[in-house]
Amino acid sequence: MSEIILQIDGREVAAESGMTVLEAAQRAGISIPTLCHHEMLEPYGACRLCTVEAEVRGRTKLVASCLYPVEKDLIVRTRSEKVDKIRKMILELLLAHAPEARGLQGLAQEYGADKNRFEKEPSFCIHCGLCVRYCAEVKKKHAIEFVDKGTKREISFIPEIAAKECWNCKECFPLCPTEALQAAFVLTKELAFFSLSSEPVPAE
Amino acid sequence: MAHINSAAELEELRKGILSKIEPDKPCIAICAGIACLGLGNDRVISAFEEEIRKQSLETKVDIRATGCHGFCEKGPIVVIYPEEICYLEVTPEDVPEIISQTVVGKKVIDRLIYTDPNTGAKAVHQFEIPFYKNQSRLLIGNNPKINPKSIEDYLAIGGYSALAKALFAMNPEQVLEEIKKANLRGRGGGGFPAGSKWETTRNAPGEEKYVIVNAHEGEPGAFMDRALFTGNPHLVLEGLIIGAYTIGSHQGFIYTRHDTPQLRENIDIALSEAKEYGLLGENILGSGFNFNVEVHLDVGIFVSGESSALMRSIEGKSPEPRPKYIRTSVSGIWNKPSNLNNVETWANVPQIINNGSKWYSSIGTERSKGTKLISLSGNICNTGVVEVPMGTSLKEIIYNFGGGIPNGKKLKAVHFGGPMGGSIPESLIDSPLDFDVLSKLGTSLGAGDMLVLDEDNCMVETARYFLDFLSGESCGKCVPCREGIRQMLKTLTDITDGKGKEGDIELLEEIAGVVGEAALCSLGRSVPKPLLSMLKYFRDEYEAHIKEKRCPALFCKELKKGEL
Repeated sequence: MSEIILQIDGREVAAESGMTVLEAAQRAGISIPTLCHHEMLEPYGACRLCTVEAEVRGRTKLVASCLYPVEKDLIVRTRSEKVDKIRKMILELLLAHAPEARGLQGLAQEYGADKNRFEKEPSFCIHCGLCVRYCAEVKKKHAIEFVDKGTKREISFIPEIAAKECWNCKECFPLCPTEALQAAFVLTKELAFFSLSSEPVPAE
Repeated sequence: MAHINSAAELEELRKGILSKIEPDKPCIAICAGIACLGLGNDRVISAFEEEIRKQSLETKVDIRATGCHGFCEKGPIVVIYPEEICYLEVTPEDVPEIISQTVVGKKVIDRLIYTDPNTGAKAVHQFEIPFYKNQSRLLIGNNPKINPKSIEDYLAIGGYSALAKALFAMNPEQVLEEIKKANLRGRGGGGFPAGSKWETTRNAPGEEKYVIVNAHEGEPGAFMDRALFTGNPHLVLEGLIIGAYTIGSHQGFIYTRHDTPQLRENIDIALSEAKEYGLLGENILGSGFNFNVEVHLDVGIFVSGESSALMRSIEGKSPEPRPKYIRTSVSGIWNKPSNLNNVETWANVPQIINNGSKWYSSIGTERSKGTKLISLSGNICNTGVVEVPMGTSLKEIIYNFGGGIPNGKKLKAVHFGGPMGGSIPESLIDSPLDFDVLSKLGTSLGAGDMLVLDEDNCMVETARYFLDFLSGESCGKCVPCREGIRQMLKTLTDITDGKGKEGDIELLEEIAGVVGEAALCSLGRSVPKPLLSMLKYFRDEYEAHIKEKRCPALFCKELKKGEL
């Protein structure tokens, strides 16, 4: 692995080729906010909260740091007026769905995001996909998936799989930055589990 | 049919096909494009078959169901060869008369030929009709001469001669040089130089490389790729094989929509015929070059036409875009170098190889070369597919080929590129068809879908309509796109419902700014384009809706319709 020197927020940072800007920053103790990132999972790039400015050969562009590979002479700015504006808007868009989510409160304060900016539409899920990806990538069960597309996209437990797999797992529960996951699970359980499960239901 | 093993054998075969053609034998070419299909051309075709049987003319007259002729407004279209008499809006009831009067009696039926609605002038032949006159139908002009289900028709007009030339008279470097010198730019919307893309893929590390035809045409108002690919599938295939040879690829993919069975059928037939003739598969034309093609269908979502999503879809995964910090030409399908071009881009390749880059670059403007297929729709007299040289003014397209605006209405705007494109006002219609000029004006040529809007179109409603379309067609993965669309749509709906408030325009601009910069893929980043172009040129309409609760186009029903 060859070492690459790049600049993040004015500091020279050493990274290995193949690393992302986010990993390089984390290693150097520079914090970049994330919502959909988890070190056990493949980078996903959906929340765009980790957007930073990347300057390559004099040209600046906005990139998702969780996906952008480090390269020689790269200059990264993790905070700028543009970056902060994007993060504030992303948080406001999400707060319309989960106004009290603990994962959003601190960030909202830091970026001055107004939870009342947009009309409330409490669906609670912010579509970070941590549960979906954890179940697919780590547990390899695919008991929970995204369904539908566009603005109708939502998470859904697949009853046939969940009735078998979820009782003794629930490892995705603590990953959820809102309460949407538990709600989805309870709903699936109440509506579909008993008709599907032939095995005795273990006491909880 | 035996496998063709050399360029000489291909020419032999072509000669054989041409010698069988009787130049004086009548042939009835019936447009079987998608618009004519909708107008009942299947009944016209069966009427012709039946009538020919009835009059025992089976051996004396040929029938050819062809691809789209372009003049969709006046379909079903029938052309009678060898005189090339063109009849429009043909019904099954007209058929017996056409057979006895024209095919047998060699007389023109006056009521079925084109009559200019303004001058009353008649046109017997297709090329005399104002819609066709002065078009440069280099790509689509052969459609009436071809049965897309027969490779022989394509061979008869010189098909696959460019492939033979590339394989035997040129090396891959020379082909690449020719494409680069021709300055062929991608017709899918981006306008990126195809030659550079080919070169990147060719030079990317790795032995296995892929070439792909993006035939996923999904936005409202775009139908030129379908017309071209359905009508002349071998043209696209020939371009693809030449591209594969140049890039060093042995596997190609055609990605298209699941809901266009006619296109699918014609592609499947073309692939199997090409394979049978030795133009596809192992040892193509005896050159030692191997290349295969697979067809992949989408799962019915618009975003799967986005290149990275399309490649995931071919891998068998859900078609969600991924960020292209490494280009797909370097790391595409299964992380292998993958060169994606759209239907029309590939279709341009054979003529560049046959006629040379010098010929090709003599057509068009300084930086936009060749001809462009345009699908004309909206408030225009002649809906259809038009092919003109780059640089043709929008005004010429609208008035000369499109026949102007119907019902005496005033032209208001031209919208290019569908839900991710932009609108420009009537005052700018002298602008040329040119990638860079249009993009400077805040729109983009896109794939060539040109929607004409007249004075009755509300520009707030049009933006709302596009966002409504996208709200169901974005993949919904990233926050700026999914949530930005949701909020912009909500605000625009409020404005058209008469509930717009002070600050709405600024809010729309703010959200649009974030979506345009922070969304994950090119679809997401283009989502705000229609809205922003309309705010640039038609801001007063937005203000009238909000401040005066008035819809200047008198379209929005919830608003007081001005002073009546």
